[in-house]
Amino acid sequence: MKLFVSEGNPHCLKVLAAVEVSGVQCDVQYVNHEERVVPFLSRPALPALLLPSGLHLFSSNAICRYLFEVSGKDSSELCNQWLEWEATDLQPALLQALHLAVVQGKGSEVSKVLQGPLNYLEQSLSKGNTPYLTGEAVSVADVVLWAALYPVLSDASLALGERASIKAWFDRGAVMHSCQSAAQKVLQGKGLQGMKSYMQRQPAPSSSQCRDSQPCNGNPAESEESERAVSAEEMETAALTWNKGLNTCSMATSRQHPILPQEGKRNILLTSALPYVNNVPHLGNIIGCVLSTDVFSRYGRLRGWNMLFVCGTDEYGTATENKAREEGLTPQQICDKYHVIHSDIYKWFQIDFDFFGRTTTEKHTEIAQNIFWRNHKHGYLVEDTVEQLRCEKCQRFLADRFVEGICPHCSYPEARGDQCDKCGKLINAVELGEPQCKVCKETPSIRSSKHLFLDLPKLEGQLEQWLDKSTSTGDWTANAKQITRSWLRDGLKPRSITRDLRWGTPVPHPDFKEKVFYVWFDAPIGYLSITANYTDQWEKWWKNPQQVELYNFMAKDNVPFHSVMFPCSLLGAQDNYTLVNHLIATEYLNYEDTKFSKSRGVGVFGDMAKDTGIPSDVWRFYLLYVRPEGQDSAFSWADMALKNNSELLNNLGNFINRAGMFVTKFFEGCVPAMELQQEDKRLLALVGWELQQYIQLLDKVKIRDSLRRILNISRHGNQYIQLNEPWKKIKGGDTERQRAGTVTGVSVNIACLLSVMLLPYMPTVSQTIRDQFNAPQSCVDTMLQGTGTFVCSLSAGHRIGTVSPLFQKLEVDQIEALKKTFGGQQTAQSAGSPPPAAGPAAAAEVVAGIGADPEKAKQLTQAVAEQGEKVRELKAQKAQKAAITAEVAKLLDLKKQLALAEGKGSDPAPQKGKKK
Amino acid sequence: MALRELSSLEKYLGLKKPNKYSTQGDKKVPVLQNNNGPPLVGLGTIASHLVKEAKRPNLLGDSAESRAVVQQWLEYRVTKLDGCTKEDTKAILKDLNLYLQDKVYMAGNQFTLADTFMYFGIHPIIVDLSVQEKEQYVNVARWFDHIQRCPGVRHHLPPLVVLRNRIYTSKHH
Repeated sequence: MKLFVSEGNPHCLKVLAAVEVSGVQCDVQYVNHEERVVPFLSRPALPALLLPSGLHLFSSNAICRYLFEVSGKDSSELCNQWLEWEATDLQPALLQALHLAVVQGKGSEVSKVLQGPLNYLEQSLSKGNTPYLTGEAVSVADVVLWAALYPVLSDASLALGERASIKAWFDRGAVMHSCQSAAQKVLQGKGLQGMKSYMQRQPAPSSSQCRDSQPCNGNPAESEESERAVSAEEMETAALTWNKGLNTCSMATSRQHPILPQEGKRNILLTSALPYVNNVPHLGNIIGCVLSTDVFSRYGRLRGWNMLFVCGTDEYGTATENKAREEGLTPQQICDKYHVIHSDIYKWFQIDFDFFGRTTTEKHTEIAQNIFWRNHKHGYLVEDTVEQLRCEKCQRFLADRFVEGICPHCSYPEARGDQCDKCGKLINAVELGEPQCKVCKETPSIRSSKHLFLDLPKLEGQLEQWLDKSTSTGDWTANAKQITRSWLRDGLKPRSITRDLRWGTPVPHPDFKEKVFYVWFDAPIGYLSITANYTDQWEKWWKNPQQVELYNFMAKDNVPFHSVMFPCSLLGAQDNYTLVNHLIATEYLNYEDTKFSKSRGVGVFGDMAKDTGIPSDVWRFYLLYVRPEGQDSAFSWADMALKNNSELLNNLGNFINRAGMFVTKFFEGCVPAMELQQEDKRLLALVGWELQQYIQLLDKVKIRDSLRRILNISRHGNQYIQLNEPWKKIKGGDTERQRAGTVTGVSVNIACLLSVMLLPYMPTVSQTIRDQFNAPQSCVDTMLQGTGTFVCSLSAGHRIGTVSPLFQKLEVDQIEALKKTFGGQQTAQSAGSPPPAAGPAAAAEVVAGIGADPEKAKQLTQAVAEQGEKVRELKAQKAQKAAITAEVAKLLDLKKQLALAEGKGSDPAPQKGKKK
Repeated sequence: MALRELSSLEKYLGLKKPNKYSTQGDKKVPVLQNNNGPPLVGLGTIASHLVKEAKRPNLLGDSAESRAVVQQWLEYRVTKLDGCTKEDTKAILKDLNLYLQDKVYMAGNQFTLADTFMYFGIHPIIVDLSVQEKEQYVNVARWFDHIQRCPGVRHHLPPLVVLRNRIYTSKHH
C-alpha cells in the first residue's frame, strides 16, 4: 500500500494523521503538487492511496475511512454524516478561507467565511455532550475534521472568535501526538504560509462553490471574484507609483541583428516546434507553437530581456517524398513551395520571428553530421540489423507507409505497413501477408539492412541527472514533466537514427552510405542550424548554457523528443550544448469538439483565417483566450463571436473608447487635471494588483490566465466610469466638473496601461490605442518593469489624437455562415456526393477520398470566378453586411471544393484515414 | 431532486414503508427524520443508512477496499458532480471515461450504491450530450446504458438512448 502526499497540501494532513492514529503500515511518498499519481484523473489529485488491488483512492476522506477500517474501526452512520458534511460544507468554505488568508493576504476576512460551518460544529458539539464528535472515543470523523481545521484554528491571527466547545474538542485532538506530528510534516512549522505554494496552484474559489450552487455555464472570467478589498496602505503605494512618471531611459531599444547573448542580461533563446513542411498548419498548430512563443517573446522584450526567437520548417522525411510524388514535383520543390506558404501564414498572424529558416541547408548537414560523429566517437552509437521490405523494381527499401498487405491480426486486405486501419493494431511491416509496394504494386522482398542506433540506455544516467536539475529549476509545464517521467519509467531502449530513404541528411559514415538520418534525430538539430543560418556566431547561443536560458514551446505530442531524445543526442556529443531549461507544452485544441482534419475539411487552416475577414488580432485574441493550457480546449465559432462581442467589444473596447471620447468631447482633446481621491486611489491599487498578477503569470508562461487580468482591469474601469458618471458631472458646478476631469484622466491612463499589457497579445490594436492617444513610446518601456509600475503616462494637458472604435461586432449570421463553411459538412452536400450513409463526417471523407478530379476542377474554377465577381459587385454596391458575408461564405466553400478537386486540400487518396 | 433519488432507492431496495424526508438550507440537503435517534443529514449518509436497513450490505461494497471506493464515489457525486459548471463536465466525463475503461461498475465487478448515485447524478449531463459527444466518452456511455437497464434502478428518470457502436468511425484519429 502506497500513500502519495505533498507538502503544504492541507488534505494530506488528514491522511497522515489517520495513518498515525490508525497505526496502519503504509509506504508514504512525498511528491510534487502537480504530480499526477492517479492515472485516470486529468488534474493532479493528492493525497492518493494506491490500494493492494491496484485501485486508487483519491478522496482524502475515503482514504482516512479505509485506514480506520483496516485497523478494525468501522465508521458509524454519524461518522458518515460528519465526513459528508466536511466534504460538502466545510471544505468549500475552508478552501475559500485559505485562499483569502494565504494567497490574497486578507486574513481578516476569513472569520466571516468560516462563521457558518464553525457555528454548526460548535452547536453540535455542545448539544452532543460527548468529548468527541461521535461519542466517547476518537473516530475517523474527529481526525478528519481536526486535521481540516488545524491550519485555521491554530493560527491566532485569524481571530475566528471564541467557541468554547470547539476549543475544548480541538485541544483534546491536539493532545494526540499523531495529529501534531502530521501537521509538522505537512506545514513544516510554517503555519498557513506552509501552504502557499499549494494554494497558489488552486483555482480561486468563488463563494458560490458550495453544493447548492446552480450549474453556471457562464464565463469564469465574468463571474470571477466579486471585489478585492484594498487596504489604505496599498492605496497610498499605488498613488505614489502613479506619480513616479515615465522612465526616461529606454529599456527596450530597437533590435539590432544579429542578437547575441550579452553579459549581465537575461539571455533567452526561444524555439517553437518546427512545423512540418508538407501541410498547411491549422489553428491548433498555430496556438500550440508559434503563437504562444510569439506572445512570450514580445512580453520578454517588454521586460527588457535579451531574446532570440528562431523557428523554421522541418523539411526532410517520407511525408515530403510522398507529397512530392503526388504533386509531380521534386522534394526540394515541394519544400520551397510550402516554406513560402508557412511563412506567409505566420506573417499574417504577426508572428515576429527573429529568424524563420528551414532544415534543408548546408549548415544543417554540417551540424547534424558533427553531432553524429561526436556521438560516434564517444561510443554512443551501436549497430544493428533490421529486417525490412525492399522493392527491387523501385530500387529502394520501403518505408512503412509505402507497403500494403494483409493484416496479420484481422486479415484486412489493405493494411498499411505500420498499422491496420480496420483493427487498429500496430504492425511490423515484414509481418504483412502478400505485401505490395504502394508505388509500383510489385511484391517486395525481405532484406536485412544495417542501421545505427543511439544508445539511450547508456545515456540514461546523464539524462536523469540533467532532467532532475532542469525540471526543478525551470518552468516545465505539468504535462511535460509527466510525459517525460513516464518515458523514463518505462526504461529507454536504443533508438535507430538512420533510415533507408533518399530525402534527408546523408549519414556521413562510409558503411552507411545511401542512408539518411531519421527525422527524430535530424529535425531538432534544425534549431541549431537555423540559428547558424541567422548568425555565424550561433555557438554563443547554443554552446553557452552558463549564459543562456532555453525555452522550447510545443504541443504535448512533441515532448519526448525535446525532453529525452534530443537532449540525449546533445549530451552524447559532449560539446557543452545549451539544453532546454523551460519546456512549455500545450494540450490539444479541438475544433467544435471534434478534431481538426484536413482530409475531412474540418477546421480552420492557417491560410483560410485571413479569408474570413476577421482581423488577425481578433484571431490571436481568441486563440490565446482558449489556449489549451493545462487541459484540452475547443475552438468554437459561436464562442469566438461571443468573446469578441462581450469581451473585446463591450468590455475592453468600450472602456478604452469611452475614456478617449470623454477627453475629446468634454476637454477639447486635452487630458484634464487629476486630483486623486480615495476612490481613485482604490482603483489604482486594484489595477496595480491585476498588473502584478499579469506579470507573475506571464513570467511563468501562463499565457491564457494573464490575458484574463487585462480583461479584469477594463471591467474595473467600466464600473468606475459607470459609478462616477462623468457625462453628467461635466454639466455641473466647478467641483463636479473637476471630478469629471479626474475620472476621465484616470480612465484614459488606465487605457494607456491596457495598450501596453495588450502588446504581446494584440500587437496591432495595442499600437492603434497608443496612436489614438498620442501616447509616448516610453510608456511601453516603463509599465512592465519590476513587479509592475502603473504610472500616469498621459499627464494633464497632453493632447490626444483622433479616437475611433477598436473592434467590430461579429454578427450571428456571419458566424453561422463561417461555421458551415468550415464544418466539413457543407463540402460534402454541395459537392453532390451520394447521400451520406453514416453521418456527415463520413460523407466528407468520401469526397475527400476521391482526390484529384480534373473535370470537376475545371467546373469549379469557373464557379469560383463567377462567385468572386458577384462578391465584388455586392461590395461595390455597399450591400448589407449579412448579404455579403453569405456570398463570401459561398465563395470560400467553392474554393475549398476546388482545392479538393485539384487534390491540394486533401490528403492523398491512398492515405485516407491515416493518423494525424 | 435528492428526495426523488432516495425514494427511487427505497423502491429498488424494496423497503415497505416509505420514509419521511425534509430538506435543510437553501442547498436542499436531504434530512431523514429518525424515530429512534437524531435525524440523518446528507444524500450519501442517508443512502448508506437505507441500504443497511434493507440488509443489503453488499451494495456498500464487499471488502474494505470496495467500501472505500463506494464512499469515495458517493462523495464525488455530491462534491464534484452536483453543481458542476459546463467546463467541469468535460473534465469529469474525460476522467470517468478513463476510469471506466477497464471496469464494469464504479467499484469494479460488482454493482453498488456508487453506480446508482453516480447514475442519478450524471443523468442531466448525459441528457445534454450530442451523439458525437457520447461516442467520445464511450466507456461512460457503456456504463450508463448498463446501469439504466439494471432492473429497478432507473425509476424516476427517463431512459436515454446510448449507442454502443460508433457511427462516426473517423473519430479514431
